[in-house]
Amino acid sequence: MNKTMYEKIWDSHLVHEPEGGTPLLYVDRQLMHEVTSPQAFEGMKLKNRKIRNPHSVLATMDHCVPTKKEARAVLTDPIAKKQIETMAANCKEHGLNLYDMESPNNGVIHIVVPEHGFVHPGMVACCGDSHTATHGAFGALAFGIGTSEVEHVMATQTLQQKKSKTMLVKVDGKLSKFATAKDIALAVIGKIGTAGGTGYVIEFAGEAVRNLTMEGRMTLCNMAIEGGARAGLIAPDQTTFDYLEGKEFAPKGEDWDAAVAYWKSLVSDEGAQFDAVVELKAEDIAPQVTWGTSPEQVINVNAPIPGPNDFSDKIKSQAAASALKYMGLEAGQSLTDVKLDIIFIGSCTNGRIEDFRAAAELLKGKKVAPGVQAIAVPGSYLVKNQAEEEGLDKIFIEAGWEWREPSCSMCLAMNGDQLAPGQRSASTSNRNFEGRQGKGGRTHLLSPAMAAAASVAGTFVDIRDWD
Amino acid sequence: MQPYKKHTSIAALMDRSNVDTDQIIPKQFLKKVERTGFGIHLFHDWRFLDDGITPNPEFELNKPAFQGAKILVAGDNFGCGSSREHAPWAIEDYGFNTVISTSFADIFFSNCFKNGIIPIKVTPAELDALMDEIRANEGVEFTVDLEAEKLTTPGGIEIKIEIDAFRKQSLLEGLDDIAWSLKHEDKITAFEEKHKQQLPWLWK
Ligand code: SF4
Repeated sequence: MNKTMYEKIWDSHLVHEPEGGTPLLYVDRQLMHEVTSPQAFEGMKLKNRKIRNPHSVLATMDHCVPTKKEARAVLTDPIAKKQIETMAANCKEHGLNLYDMESPNNGVIHIVVPEHGFVHPGMVACCGDSHTATHGAFGALAFGIGTSEVEHVMATQTLQQKKSKTMLVKVDGKLSKFATAKDIALAVIGKIGTAGGTGYVIEFAGEAVRNLTMEGRMTLCNMAIEGGARAGLIAPDQTTFDYLEGKEFAPKGEDWDAAVAYWKSLVSDEGAQFDAVVELKAEDIAPQVTWGTSPEQVINVNAPIPGPNDFSDKIKSQAAASALKYMGLEAGQSLTDVKLDIIFIGSCTNGRIEDFRAAAELLKGKKVAPGVQAIAVPGSYLVKNQAEEEGLDKIFIEAGWEWREPSCSMCLAMNGDQLAPGQRSASTSNRNFEGRQGKGGRTHLLSPAMAAAASVAGTFVDIRDWD
Repeated sequence: MQPYKKHTSIAALMDRSNVDTDQIIPKQFLKKVERTGFGIHLFHDWRFLDDGITPNPEFELNKPAFQGAKILVAGDNFGCGSSREHAPWAIEDYGFNTVISTSFADIFFSNCFKNGIIPIKVTPAELDALMDEIRANEGVEFTVDLEAEKLTTPGGIEIKIEIDAFRKQSLLEGLDDIAWSLKHEDKITAFEEKHKQQLPWLWK
């Protein structure tokens, strides 16, 4: 039978399929951060259980970590401090590999894991974090789980899982110079809706996806979860192999050749059946900006902001009305008239080296608009160092941006970086929910290049005709 | 998880609908790094007066007759709202092992089984009858016999407990999901052996 990549990975990880019960799926890699793991560790302790395979774990500290050097040295938030200390103690006790705040490898979990080649094609990987979908970029089945499940994986190296349906999202043709992986992601979510992928694992394919770099593929799979999908997947190819080769946890020597041969066998078979197929033309994808409080409330930057009357579906129409109210916007308004307070480039969606390169390209010789605060938060120290080697930090700083230390930062505003009520941001992160970046804060999602241009203009700009 | 044994215990009455997980365990208590110890915060905002320590005499679970209750009888749609697993953690830690209502929110429902709690769904008529019996005789004890799938009361009410075979077995044996999966440890080990041969680099 012709199989999809998802089915191949699923079948190769099935440990047990009890009659009438939920299948047990083997987990190759577990990723951890300080917020969703403490209760799982406590559960292990209460039951006197050991982590079955400590080598399968990579941990970091990212959510509560401040982005200012001084603040990192002395944590003032006692709760953040406790979480950080607990994480360190747990990792020490169980012998886990932790990139703590002082480590040169520290950064956001979904940035540091690929940097070290920890997740490979064909693996099953999970983490108590929904954006684990990022690692699907390598052709690994990677998804977020709850705290009880984190403990379950620690103790058994398996998960009780129900099989998902499969969706193929095909983006044919070539992207324009100004459209990025982020724009593909937002355009797909705009098309299928935030619940469109519920119950599915999405495989992204087509020429425009093939042409993405690994960084771009990670951005795309990262956002699969915002389309409701359990995970995103992209078939491994030469781009994948080139990225992984030589990385710390990548196979070496003879193993490398065997691994590549195996990885090549994972791609979906010709004629494999998907439960749903969605097609987009890359040429049609313009730079995207969200206008509402859900990632599906997104438009081309040059389109007017829609209103309740633009939606025939009653629930969507009501959602539009309440989103406009919360966002302080009006139907028909142009995004290029909307004034911005804060610009954020960072997060596990767009905190990689390419993202800072793309932004710096547009920032060269320009200045941040008066009254606008612009914050660049590299996703990891490796990204930060690389950017500094290339002199990107200077471009940002000279343009009036703040160049900070790695963290999740304003993506979820748990570390002190946040919007004040009513403040409006242009952000390269992944969620524009009410209050996500601070109570009453208004978030617009977009690509790094669009964010850079917005910082200079103080409003959104169509970078296709911007000089 | 403790094995779920047949028990006869006080049934506490909470005549409210749509009790959400924010009420069960308010968000200011989510930042703990432990899973235990949430019981003292159960229903915090209802249970205590504004000073946060003095028990609110108006709150039903503070009634002397309901102290030591293991069974909670509540209105429709219990456990709605946020998916926080802290909610069943708090309920269990407080001492309840049974919640009876006409309906439960999905995630809360399945989270209960992971934490040794049976959520029992009854019809609206059955719920009324159970509530009436408690009102008439506060401190009355109901009997839950999971093995026989039966809830009985001194007033003669008998209700069949609907539960799937796998969940029933797990509760009876006190197996949490982890313990259940560990029963298949031989299969996990066999899988690992095979996996190691096929993909040896994963283990280096
Ligand atoms: S950057 Fe944002 S989405 Fe990514 S792991 Fe951190 S909080 Fe989650």
